[in-house]
Amino acid sequence: MTTNALTFPRFFPRPQSETGIWGWIGTVDHKRIGTLYGITSFLWFLIAGVEALLIRVQLASAENTFIGPEFYNQLFTMHGTTMVFLVIMPLSAAFFNWLIPLQIGARDVAFPRLNALSYWVFLFGSLIMNAGWLTGDAPNGGWFGYAPNSGVTFNPGLGMTYWVVGLNILGVASIAAGLNFIVTIMNMRAPGMSMFKMPVFTWMTLITSVLLVLAMPILAVAGIQLQTDRVYGTHFFNSLAGGDPVMWQHIFWLFGHPEVYILILPAMGIVSEVLPTFSRKPLFGYPFVVFAGIVIGFMGWFVWSHHMFTVGLGPAANTAFAMSTMLIAVPTGVKIFNWIGTLWRGNIQLNTAMLFSISFIAMFTIGGLSGVMHASPPTDSQQQDTYFVVAHFHYVLVGGALLGIFSGIYFWWPKFTGWFLNEKLGIANWALMMIGFNLQFGPQHWLGMDGMPRRIYTYAENMGWEGSNLAASIGGFILGFGILLFIINMIYSRMNKKIAPADPWDGRTLEWSTSSPPPVHDFDEVPQVKYRDDFWFKKHPETISEYYHNEHDLVVEEDAPVGADDAEEHGDDHGGHGGIHLPDKSYYPFILGVGIAIFGIGFLTNTYVIAAGVPIFIWGMLGWSMEPVNDPT
Amino acid sequence: MWAFLGSDVMFFGAFIATYLVYRGKSLVGPYPSEVLNIPITTVSTFVLLMSSLAMVLALHYVKEGEKNKGTLWILAVVVLGAIFMGFQFVEFREFAHLGLTPRTNIFGTTFFILTGIHGAHVTIGVIWMAFLAYSSNNGALRSDNALDLEIAGLYWHFVDIVWIVIFTVIYLISANDAPPPGMETITH
Repeated sequence: MTTNALTFPRFFPRPQSETGIWGWIGTVDHKRIGTLYGITSFLWFLIAGVEALLIRVQLASAENTFIGPEFYNQLFTMHGTTMVFLVIMPLSAAFFNWLIPLQIGARDVAFPRLNALSYWVFLFGSLIMNAGWLTGDAPNGGWFGYAPNSGVTFNPGLGMTYWVVGLNILGVASIAAGLNFIVTIMNMRAPGMSMFKMPVFTWMTLITSVLLVLAMPILAVAGIQLQTDRVYGTHFFNSLAGGDPVMWQHIFWLFGHPEVYILILPAMGIVSEVLPTFSRKPLFGYPFVVFAGIVIGFMGWFVWSHHMFTVGLGPAANTAFAMSTMLIAVPTGVKIFNWIGTLWRGNIQLNTAMLFSISFIAMFTIGGLSGVMHASPPTDSQQQDTYFVVAHFHYVLVGGALLGIFSGIYFWWPKFTGWFLNEKLGIANWALMMIGFNLQFGPQHWLGMDGMPRRIYTYAENMGWEGSNLAASIGGFILGFGILLFIINMIYSRMNKKIAPADPWDGRTLEWSTSSPPPVHDFDEVPQVKYRDDFWFKKHPETISEYYHNEHDLVVEEDAPVGADDAEEHGDDHGGHGGIHLPDKSYYPFILGVGIAIFGIGFLTNTYVIAAGVPIFIWGMLGWSMEPVNDPT
Repeated sequence: MWAFLGSDVMFFGAFIATYLVYRGKSLVGPYPSEVLNIPITTVSTFVLLMSSLAMVLALHYVKEGEKNKGTLWILAVVVLGAIFMGFQFVEFREFAHLGLTPRTNIFGTTFFILTGIHGAHVTIGVIWMAFLAYSSNNGALRSDNALDLEIAGLYWHFVDIVWIVIFTVIYLISANDAPPPGMETITH
């Protein structure tokens, strides 16, 4: 049969170079995209850190005049927004990109070009969101952007428009990435890897991706409504025309609470990989950890109004949401016991990655407990909008998500780069971060109990808050030095390379079975999977009977579809690089991303710019859809 | 595609919920009963539903390898979709003429954004289907890659189903939302 393929005129030759800026712009390799995510979000992390330190300098003493209220509003807004959308989410995305194909034994994600598009859209969205700093008009309505406060009546100027346009563009990136990873995990697992043989990190990525795909459109709706209100004068949140000020809160938190689990589940997945490796035991109660994750992902949809206990929704609603909020602590608690159970009687190796993971358990438990406290509406009425809440979510997001991510960085760094991070500097980095973190956020618990409100740029002298605030500010700088030490560690370890073998930690999952760093095609031969933690049992077959003493497990393993036939069905070639199918590079994701960015900028400037974005968008789309995955050679 | 549709369900769901929450909250006219025209919209709804039928037939013939019939039915989808868009365009212009824009009141805001977002979905679908009609005629869309059409079809049917919900919620349920006494803005 003749194959007529449609062609689209090319204005550029297809990218070929592996190196240089064009090599990066045209890349569709999941590992390179992961690296791009990692570097970009780490830079945003440093900027958000500087914002936080400016806030801490301002709050170090009472009646401070270091920065004024307007700049302070911009700082806390952008610190929160940046940390949530531009640091923790994309850092998790960096891990998804790097690890998911490696952990499931695939050669790339399901849609490599879509993956590249996600990154470029994320990059442009983050730049648009922060563009306000250059015009002195940065967003200032809080990371939750409550309308009508963020509406044009109460918040004129471009500030919140940057925020909402940036957020809408970031949403596109998140949905595309979520779809990509769902399809990748469902369809591209190595032969024999059934769902319950997947590594826990892969499981948590799957749950996170489902949450992303379902939660981000809700944020998009809130964003579009606010955007049309601000740009075109519609009335979604205009109370003068009958709009409801609580409307935004409902829509935003209906997204916002699943978002909390989008932030924490990847870190839980990382910890669930690090702890078994360095305890030299399988994860304790794997099905419980997986199901707890699924339950969290499901119940996360029924708790959003606990952010709104003081709005006045009435006792029935408050009671229902208080109960669901307390219930969701149960699966989280299950996980904590599973992690402790994994450590129990393990042959524990205390290195940097492990220290970060163990600290994760401790800090996350503290943050979780304070969360259970304000699950109760009467208690919450006391704590709402005070530093107690600030302390709570920093314990779960810094003490939880960020420590988990740092643990992952130290754990997988040798796999990513082929060399180790220095352990001594690593432990110093961990110690400074832990001291600084607890000194900064510990005292905020009692500041909040004492009634110190959030988001206020200064406080009176006679409140008795100076000591705790000064301690918090000093803690902030110690934490900052901890991060600085991490940067020094990266540079130092780069200059004094200690080469890492393929499997430096005696790891359990498939990514350790390929070289460090992995070749472009990830695996020379597609792995065959028989057991959970298959790679471990391939290395240590004598331990199989130790862990699979349950006869039922063994029977199931024997029934699993394993074998050469299966691999052939998947159409994978064995052997050398020559027969391996990899997608060619493409510029179109970048072009499409530019189109979306210009389109977005149009909402900040004028309609002609929107119109200018459309042809670029269509060019990217048509070129993309008519570009063959591989050019005929 | 199923995962994307799941995502889109949440998207439309939130907009429809907004519409329902804000139903009857307008402080000034025009009010729904003064502008909505059920008979005309019923016709456009019928046109859109028929496009789904054409879609099913198109997929059938493409799978059978009957190139000309396949192309023809895909074109029918494009034409029916375009007719629906034409109806919507005329309706929007008529409403603007009656003094209802997204800036007029809460009803205008929620009505135009919800139906406008749906219209944007139809527009994307029409462009997508036009592209597929071209590919089918060209021979690039064949029975062995009919999945491309099937995926587009999933999207098309989804957009149809959403319209059934929107038609019910906006036209059938709230078409009788009359202005409060003394607040009539349009005299026929």
